[in-house]
Amino acid sequence: MAQTTGLENNPDIVDFTAMLRIRLVEEAIAERYAEQEMRCPVHLSVGQEASAVGVCAPLTDQDRMYSTHRCHAHYLAKGGGMKEMLAEIYGKAEGCIGGRGGSMHLAAPEVGLMSSVPIVASAIPLAAGTALSDKLDGNGRVTVSFLGDACVEEGVFHETANFARLHDLPVIFVCENNLYSVYTRLDARQPNRPLTALAEAHGVPSEQVDGNDVALVRAATARAVDRARGGGGPTFLLLDTYRWREHCGPNYDNHIGYRTEAEFEEWRTLDPLERTWASLRNLGLADDDWRAEVTKELEREIDDAFDFAKSAPLPDPASAAVSVYAE
Amino acid sequence: MSASNNQSLGDAIRDGLTEVAKRDPSVLFFAEGVQDPAALFGTLRDLDKHLEPSRLIEMPIAENGLIGIAIGAAMAGKRPVISLQRVEFALLAMEQILNNAAKIHYVSNGLHKVPIVIRMVVGRGWGQGPEHSQSLEAIFSHVPGLKVIMPAFAADAKGMMIAAVEDNNPVICLEHRWTHYASGEVPEGYYREPLDGPKRVRSGDNLTVVATSYMTLEAIRAADVLADLGHSIDVFDLRVLRPLNVDPIAASVARTGGLLTVDTGFAKFGIGAEIAAEITTRCFGELKAAPVRLGLPDHPTPSSRGLVRGFYPDAARIARSCAEMLGLPEETIAKAEARILEERQGLPIDVPDPFFKGPF
Repeated sequence: MAQTTGLENNPDIVDFTAMLRIRLVEEAIAERYAEQEMRCPVHLSVGQEASAVGVCAPLTDQDRMYSTHRCHAHYLAKGGGMKEMLAEIYGKAEGCIGGRGGSMHLAAPEVGLMSSVPIVASAIPLAAGTALSDKLDGNGRVTVSFLGDACVEEGVFHETANFARLHDLPVIFVCENNLYSVYTRLDARQPNRPLTALAEAHGVPSEQVDGNDVALVRAATARAVDRARGGGGPTFLLLDTYRWREHCGPNYDNHIGYRTEAEFEEWRTLDPLERTWASLRNLGLADDDWRAEVTKELEREIDDAFDFAKSAPLPDPASAAVSVYAE
Repeated sequence: MSASNNQSLGDAIRDGLTEVAKRDPSVLFFAEGVQDPAALFGTLRDLDKHLEPSRLIEMPIAENGLIGIAIGAAMAGKRPVISLQRVEFALLAMEQILNNAAKIHYVSNGLHKVPIVIRMVVGRGWGQGPEHSQSLEAIFSHVPGLKVIMPAFAADAKGMMIAAVEDNNPVICLEHRWTHYASGEVPEGYYREPLDGPKRVRSGDNLTVVATSYMTLEAIRAADVLADLGHSIDVFDLRVLRPLNVDPIAASVARTGGLLTVDTGFAKFGIGAEIAAEITTRCFGELKAAPVRLGLPDHPTPSSRGLVRGFYPDAARIARSCAEMLGLPEETIAKAEARILEERQGLPIDVPDPFFKGPF
């Protein structure tokens, strides 16, 4: 890794690097998507890197996480392998789940990313169930459930929040509010009241945080982790953020009519990556040379991962019927 | 074989659940009313005397959420048993059952297992009507990744329940309420009954009958009456609907040349339809007549005992259908029917026949 001024363990340096890595690989997916070799839907996380990285920072490999259809950033931030991620998106046997799920189902249970489930809100109860098991085992593990703003419209969110509070489960509901469910704005779907009020109604403590500020996300998550490990039960974190590219696919779509270029530009000034970078530079913790060198190293890793994914074999069709049932 | 007791299927289920939970501390119980005085028709009675209270989890009235929670606990190594008072409540949880329980092992490329049991009660009788008595096994049996069982006999129910809890897959167990009363000799203590397929419950050469759950009891009665009249029927209790093992049925049909199926659910798109299709494909040359399906007609279950008359197949209709397939004279058929009806002694049609209490 490139040399900083002896601050490799500085959390802002670590998180900036993690966010840059996610940004670069997502942009590379967008760039190469037109080759039509990644033959599955992709929901890119560009613009939302701070929530993934900030939430994962206080977690250990023993802690667990569940994600959604937009899972690339969560998977990478939790420690899932980049080669295995890209191989999965390319539909290859070396993919993290052997090509069975593609982009929307990334999993790396060995580092705690239990599962990603693309049906809106479907993974929320799974997270609480895993937290229930861990609580019964008294093993101190915490489970994070990533969800989007539309998930609180699903009944199963409320069913789970009720139970999580009833049993004080060590689970953290992290709601990334990017304002849109596909093309539909939040205010067309929900009345004008804080999303946190929904959690509070279940007695679940909540906190609203600028989801594009990785240090704030990290600190809020650390408080929630402390509460969960200390037996204090669940927390609901509301992270305000913005998806830069289209809901599904590699492109920008500000011109098609559901949101404005001006709104996007406003959010772009809140770019989680560049905000952290500005702070690092102002504090004199890193300079342009450092960033250039880190970028080069990450690009090398990304190129290698793409090479790996593209050259890996497709799975044997005969294996498609394997693992329908467990032994 | 160790000692045995004569007990009802409901009590046998309770004993099976108790035995397996005592051996394996990862077994958890979820139910709406998990410790209420009715104890889910008695099938959860006294579990609290054997288990830590934390293993008996009261389900808030939130079936999708709580079945999802059970799946998430299973992914972390627990063996949850969910007991639903009626099949219909499972419909609120189809998202979790079909998307997560059935697929997580597959989608994770074998990284995860989902060892859960979801018990559902088919609540036939006493005017329970359109949304408290459905037998929807065909819906669950449609989905790869689920196992679906319907025990009809007490000894099977205990051993199959233990096997279901120990299975590393999601197992849907449909329990017909009227089978809960059926009694039989049940081995004491712990024993497993493998979830491996149908079981022959009557032997015969003239026709093959395949029935599920409570309809097995009706089919046995029909077969016994026909046997007395000199016509022997091979009767199978299907027991395990998915994965479906038709081998013993195909072997039987190859011998008898005929197949009649009796569903507890709708005849159309039902379990019998699948068996008839499989058997027709595999035994086309050996069939002497087209397979016949009995099951529920194409309308919801009405509540009134007036409207429900004729709705359910019964021993008399099964006997008539068998006899017609065998080409027996109307005189013989009428005799068989009359005998069955006479033995019922004019009981109302919305309560179980005392015959079905066994012992079997």
